[in-house]
Amino acid sequence: MTPVAEPVSSHTIAVLVDNEPGVLARVVGLFSGRGYNIESLTVAEVDHSENLSRITIVTSGTPMVIEQIKAQLGRLVPVHKVSDLTLAGAHVERELALVKVRGTGDKRAEAQRLAETFHARAVDATPDSFVFEIVGEAGKLDTFINLMAELGLVDVSRTGVVAISRGPEAL
Amino acid sequence: MPSKESTPEQMTGAEIVLRALKDQGVAHIFGYPGGAVLPIYDALFGQNDIRHILVRQEGGAVHAAEGYARSTGKVGVVLVTSGPGATNAVTGLTDALMDSIPLVCLSGQVPTHLIGNDAFQECDTTGITRSCTKHNYLIKHVDDLARTLHEAFHVARSGRPGPVVVDLPKDVQFATGPYVPPSKVHHKRYQPQIKGDAAKIERAVEILANAKRPIIYAGGGVINSGPRASELLGEFGRMTGFPVTLTLMGLGAYPASDPQFLGMLGMHGTYEANLAMHECDAMIAVGSRFDDRITGRVASFSPHSRKIHIDIDPSSINKNVAVDVGIVGDVASVLEDLIKGWKAKGIKAQADRLKPWWKKIEDWRARDCLRYQKTDKLIKPQYALQRLQELTKSRKDVFVTTEVGQHQMWAAQFLKFDKPNHWLTSGGLGTMGYGLPAAMGVQVAHPKALVVDVAGEASILMNIQEMSTIAQYRLPVKVFILNNQYMGMVRQWQELLHGGRYSESYMESLPDFVKLAEAFGAVGLRATKPAELDGVIKAMLDSPKAVIADIMIDPKENCFPMIPSGAAHNEMLLGPADQADKPISEDGMVLV
Repeated sequence: MTPVAEPVSSHTIAVLVDNEPGVLARVVGLFSGRGYNIESLTVAEVDHSENLSRITIVTSGTPMVIEQIKAQLGRLVPVHKVSDLTLAGAHVERELALVKVRGTGDKRAEAQRLAETFHARAVDATPDSFVFEIVGEAGKLDTFINLMAELGLVDVSRTGVVAISRGPEAL
Repeated sequence: MPSKESTPEQMTGAEIVLRALKDQGVAHIFGYPGGAVLPIYDALFGQNDIRHILVRQEGGAVHAAEGYARSTGKVGVVLVTSGPGATNAVTGLTDALMDSIPLVCLSGQVPTHLIGNDAFQECDTTGITRSCTKHNYLIKHVDDLARTLHEAFHVARSGRPGPVVVDLPKDVQFATGPYVPPSKVHHKRYQPQIKGDAAKIERAVEILANAKRPIIYAGGGVINSGPRASELLGEFGRMTGFPVTLTLMGLGAYPASDPQFLGMLGMHGTYEANLAMHECDAMIAVGSRFDDRITGRVASFSPHSRKIHIDIDPSSINKNVAVDVGIVGDVASVLEDLIKGWKAKGIKAQADRLKPWWKKIEDWRARDCLRYQKTDKLIKPQYALQRLQELTKSRKDVFVTTEVGQHQMWAAQFLKFDKPNHWLTSGGLGTMGYGLPAAMGVQVAHPKALVVDVAGEASILMNIQEMSTIAQYRLPVKVFILNNQYMGMVRQWQELLHGGRYSESYMESLPDFVKLAEAFGAVGLRATKPAELDGVIKAMLDSPKAVIADIMIDPKENCFPMIPSGAAHNEMLLGPADQADKPISEDGMVLV
């Protein structure tokens, strides 16, 4: 329906919500019901006394779709604040992954060497396996996981992206 | 005995529900009992503040509450049981969401300890209704009940109105807890923006003041904002001298009898309204949402205009059509500021500047796009509605509801509304079966008024059971069936788009509507020839009882003008001749 094909870009959106039953279902249902993409979604309580959770969503779309996503999120009753960190300026994004690699001999040694280069930490080890913990931007995690694929990668668990703006201002 | 400030009054959950309704100013509720709401029905039994209207199916309750809400501006209230009670309400809730009708639907639920066990008449009501309500709640503790009910009313009526479900487990209804009155509840969340941005309003004034071919395109948001918004729209229209067109949901927001009114726009809108939309150089959309029935092919929609959009829902702005100035706020508040801004600029009369534009519009008007072939033998649906209009126009309070289909579009084209809140139709969802229960809700709210459901013979059967409710409460609702023995709009599309293969659109074995009326204790009337029409309409209007008037119309009549799906405003079909000249493209066929 869009007259001119507008460029699709990725946006990281922070949403402050009441921590109540069903709130995540509302957000996820909004995305599936209206056909928006979710590339990553994280949620956890961030303010116990005010009962607030923070959801970080990485999504993609044309500028018109991104504007719609924010407006649709904003009109959910338990949503207090919606902030497009990608548009708001400089921000920090981090993700954590646990990466299980299985192997012995040269491959095992190579996996360990690469882990050091990436500042990944071994959090579990057996004679023929490691679990590495790696923290960084999503791209760095992708690179590390791709490298491990050659070296006996068997399992990956990722948290999804969390993000916060740079500088002294709060959300 | 009034209780002390510090210790709120204690009562059962069921009593809290009734007290909260009373304190929210609710006088009528529409419902149907069942196991999971028996405590509330027990509490209803012992009081006289709230009148319960017993419907015959929960779907009818929701549409009745919609009719009640839209004709009064108040929140409509529904009470249903768990499981099938709640699932039957889903269509009405979706209808209310699409048309922004404020409702609170209270549903029973199995006791909290049984939730999730697939108990008898259990369903995941909040899960099922999450996407068809503005918001919903499952109450797990009686202590939260009063506060949540007040919030439900606040959410239903504020901002862009909509339906709210409150799911009430049976044990919560029995439990004893504190009652908090509305005055003690502060809604710290959900505070929609009412006042429009001053700079944007100023920019809007500038665009409009310099326009050579302006148009006002207003919708249901004007009616939802309240009667003041319609007054202001009238004032703004007269002050600027701009042409005005209304959406299906907006009819009545600007007087139909006003010479500046171009009629409804959109798929079955008038030639002049749609061409004015296409050729305008400035458009102000007021509480309307650029729905696909309005825009036609978006890429060709009003290509030369600068667009201003006023809406209380930020997500309506730039959703379907990108606009130049999007003003978030309540229509009445923004119109007030717009009028002030216009006056402050000391803008002179627009008549001279707008003369060429009006000349063009008058030429389009001269096409007389709603004309049709009259005959002596067959009743044309347009003629039936013109006679209904003529014979009811001297009455003070006339409310019209409709079902969905051809008859709905003809009613929108041929009936004239000078006031808001008097036209009730299912616009967004297009729910067949809406009109009869909605008329019932209107009549409950306005016992003395004339309430007509303009119906089709197919739609009316979708909620015909409500004739029984109408009988029970002696509601003198008039059902005016335009009976063409087809699902007319389906047949029209099959004729235009599917090679005249009338797959399953012919209504076989229709009931005898006269006898059907009598079976429900109502009056049944029938007209088969134009000469009988006035007599039947007069008898219908004069009867103190509910009436079904079965008007046998030309079964082949199609609804024109029509912008086929996927076409632009300037590609409209004006009548049967056009239909032959302009075959509809395959692109349009795949659209709805």
